[in-house]
Amino acid sequence: MKPFFLDHIWMIPLLPAAGALIQLLFGRRLSNRAVSIVSVGLPVVSFIWAVCCFPELLAQPNHVFTKTVYTWLPAGTFHLSNGSLGQLSVNAGFLLDPLSAIWLLVVTGVGLLIHIYSIGYMGHEGGYYRFFGYMNLFMFSMLILVLADNYLMMFTGWEGVGLCSYLLIGFYFQRQSAADAGKKAFIVNRIGDAGFLLGVMLMVVTFGTPDFQQVTAAARSGSFAVGDGVITAICILLFVGATGKSAQIPLYVWLPDAMEGPTPVSALIHAATMVTAGVYMVARSNALYILAPRALEIVAVIGAATAIWAASIGLVQTDIKRVLAYSTVSQLGYMFLACGVGAFAAGVFHVMTHAFFKALLFLGAGSVIHALSGEQDMRKMGALRKKIPITFATLFIATLAISGIPGFAGFFSKDEILGQAFMSPYGSRVLWTIGWITAGMTAFYMFRLLFLTFFGESRVDPEAAHHVHESPSSMLSVLVVLAALSVVGGYVNWPIKNLGHFLEPVFDNSAALKGAESSQSLELGLMGLSVLIALAGLTWAWAKYVKQHAVPPPAGAPVNPVYQVVLNKYYVDELYDGLFVNRVKDIGNLSSAFDQAVVDGGVNGVGWVTRASATVSRWWDQWVVDGLVNVLGFGLKLLSYPVRVIQSGMFATYAFFIVLGVFFFMAYYLLHH
Amino acid sequence: MIPPEYYVYLAAGLFTVGVIGVLTRRNVIVILMSVELILNAVNINLVAFSQWFQSVNGQVFAIFVITDAAAEAAIGLGLMIALFRNKETVNADEIDLLKW
Amino acid sequence: MIEQVGFFILAALALVSAILVITRRNAVHSAIWLMVTLASVSGLYLMMHAEFLFAVQVILYVGGIMVLFLFVIMLVNLDVAVQQSRFERHWALAIAASVLVAAEFGFALYQGYHGHGLALAPSGSAPLTEGNTQAVGTALYQTYMLPVEIASILLLVAMVGAVIMAKKNVE
Repeated sequence: MKPFFLDHIWMIPLLPAAGALIQLLFGRRLSNRAVSIVSVGLPVVSFIWAVCCFPELLAQPNHVFTKTVYTWLPAGTFHLSNGSLGQLSVNAGFLLDPLSAIWLLVVTGVGLLIHIYSIGYMGHEGGYYRFFGYMNLFMFSMLILVLADNYLMMFTGWEGVGLCSYLLIGFYFQRQSAADAGKKAFIVNRIGDAGFLLGVMLMVVTFGTPDFQQVTAAARSGSFAVGDGVITAICILLFVGATGKSAQIPLYVWLPDAMEGPTPVSALIHAATMVTAGVYMVARSNALYILAPRALEIVAVIGAATAIWAASIGLVQTDIKRVLAYSTVSQLGYMFLACGVGAFAAGVFHVMTHAFFKALLFLGAGSVIHALSGEQDMRKMGALRKKIPITFATLFIATLAISGIPGFAGFFSKDEILGQAFMSPYGSRVLWTIGWITAGMTAFYMFRLLFLTFFGESRVDPEAAHHVHESPSSMLSVLVVLAALSVVGGYVNWPIKNLGHFLEPVFDNSAALKGAESSQSLELGLMGLSVLIALAGLTWAWAKYVKQHAVPPPAGAPVNPVYQVVLNKYYVDELYDGLFVNRVKDIGNLSSAFDQAVVDGGVNGVGWVTRASATVSRWWDQWVVDGLVNVLGFGLKLLSYPVRVIQSGMFATYAFFIVLGVFFFMAYYLLHH
Repeated sequence: MIPPEYYVYLAAGLFTVGVIGVLTRRNVIVILMSVELILNAVNINLVAFSQWFQSVNGQVFAIFVITDAAAEAAIGLGLMIALFRNKETVNADEIDLLKW
Repeated sequence: MIEQVGFFILAALALVSAILVITRRNAVHSAIWLMVTLASVSGLYLMMHAEFLFAVQVILYVGGIMVLFLFVIMLVNLDVAVQQSRFERHWALAIAASVLVAAEFGFALYQGYHGHGLALAPSGSAPLTEGNTQAVGTALYQTYMLPVEIASILLLVAMVGAVIMAKKNVE
């Protein structure tokens, strides 16, 4: 029986694309209600379609389904790096296997929830249709990314989500900071994309194809030695792209600034979906990474370093969304740490759970901000527990989840990662330690956020305090659903590793990927340590912010130097500014000066030369040419003067000359005789 | 018998006077008269030598000269009249049409 | 003796009157003096035993041509010319040239007189037996028949030309 939904899998990205097209072409004339119906209704259909594809996929052999829609680039023959002839043909095709299926469900599901939330949240904003148009466009791009069957098509989606990120971050473009943040996101992403593209080119030259299945098969065929230099280079270059898109060191700087965008954007793009694209790509390329242990090492180290770095900054932030942004960077570090130690399935698992609770956290924060009429500074919050109880409850659940408290989703995925970091042959104790400390920091700053916002005395502005109200049900219902997922989401992989088994065909290889099955006691021990430090973080936060009623210092207050450095994000942005941004601006200025002086000067010079030569021509014409003519005339006049004078017209003169002639004739005659 | 040299000298003198008259005077009629003087000088010369050589040729020549002089005077005066009708003057200076 | 005196008188008369011809302000005076010159020249002819020529000179020249001159002078109103300057601007130059030519004449004659000399026929040539007129007539109508005819045509042409030129343009 032909799988209907799978065969028409291209409908899934097409529906949001249609929505985007409608909004961006006609949206202006549509009422908010119409916009909502179109732009939320289409993702609903997409989600249902995706859900229907799932059982059909399970019916497929090996749980793999491909469909090529058309040949995009029939590029022709060229030489591969190993000398043989390759035929490059890039297709526009779809691949649905366990890896992309998980992403598909997360993207369509969580995406749909956030769209529903946005109806309430953005209802009073201007540009309603524009928002939903961009959101739909994002959905389309993201779905292309996860459903693509080759690197180039994935790159198309990759670029598309980057574009939508820029558009949505700069949604409030009238604000200079928002416009700048959009530009920053796009440019930093671009740097990563350059690496990604170089990696893909190298891959094409080595393998002769960018197709996922073919590359994976070639990598696993044994024709490449482990530690092969070219493969390592490819992996590192691809990872550069991942650091850009998934905000790892050194290209994470755009994510905190991206909080300028509306909160649903932060939830969808910068928590649940777009930033995970890097993880998806690394997981998809697992066959290559396994061949390059050095590259894996780099992935793990950067993942761990990013996790602890971002967590440290998050400890002292005062803007509620900033804390969540750094938290996202940190959690993404965890995911890369997982991939880096070979535990790709664990990384994917964490992606899924993180999508649930991070989206919930952002949307909940959005609910708080909405309740406080736009206030985002936690120093101006407090004692909101009773006033917005449902928001509080859902955020509480999310905080428990992210902190790794047992029973909630985050616990299972984070624990798996930490366990693998310790036990895997690619892992190390150092990596585990870093991850463990970060877990503690995570628990601390998340509960700090919770306590500052909902507990203690109210520090809310009197103006805003009057209007504190719970969010509309369209928003709250989404929060509740996500909270439920944050609780039960972890149980897909515990006690039975359903998810892990499901992903096996994708990650099959050495035993390391399945995760070394070491002693149960070690596992329990590590688990216990994780819980311990999480509880420690929680307790400390409680002590400080509830018992002691501590409040972060106001802006500009004198603080100790270490605090100052961390508060200013270790001055990384300033460093980049000085090192790169200003240098690029200098090049621009140089070019401008060159253009003005040399190029314009050249042009002006040519003009001057033309004028000068014209002057010379004129002089020549005036003095030489005209002069010659005048001299000629003058000479003729001179020569003709005697002749003219003689011709007086008076015959007396003529007679005189006759007489004179006679005289001369006679003289001659006489002299000769 | 008077040697012909005397006559030749006389003729030369008359000739010179006639030439001076042609070149000097403004009045066209007087110029024409001076031309007659020249012709007469020539005639004297001719006749003198005709007499010396006892030949009649010279005199015949002189007759022809006179004939010629008459024709010329007639034409010249006719020209004068025509000229005077157009230019109302007989001043040689003012008749400067013989040029380009 | 008488011959020489007569010659000198006539010669002087001729020269003087010639000079007067060219120097008179009034054209009529010039004409009169020309008549005198022509008359003296005719006298010279007579002295040279050229009776026919003498007659022709008097009749034609003095009687015809000079009268013609006088008529034309009368026709042409010369009142204005009387007030104007007689001589050309460059009269000195003209006189100089003429004197030069005259000097040349003198030189030639002098040379001829003392040098090569004129081929002097024997002065004792027998005078012509027939009369001058007869001799001239005979020469004209026998030896110089053609020139006579040509001269007559010339006169005809002159006559026609003069008539045409002097004729008033009939519009």
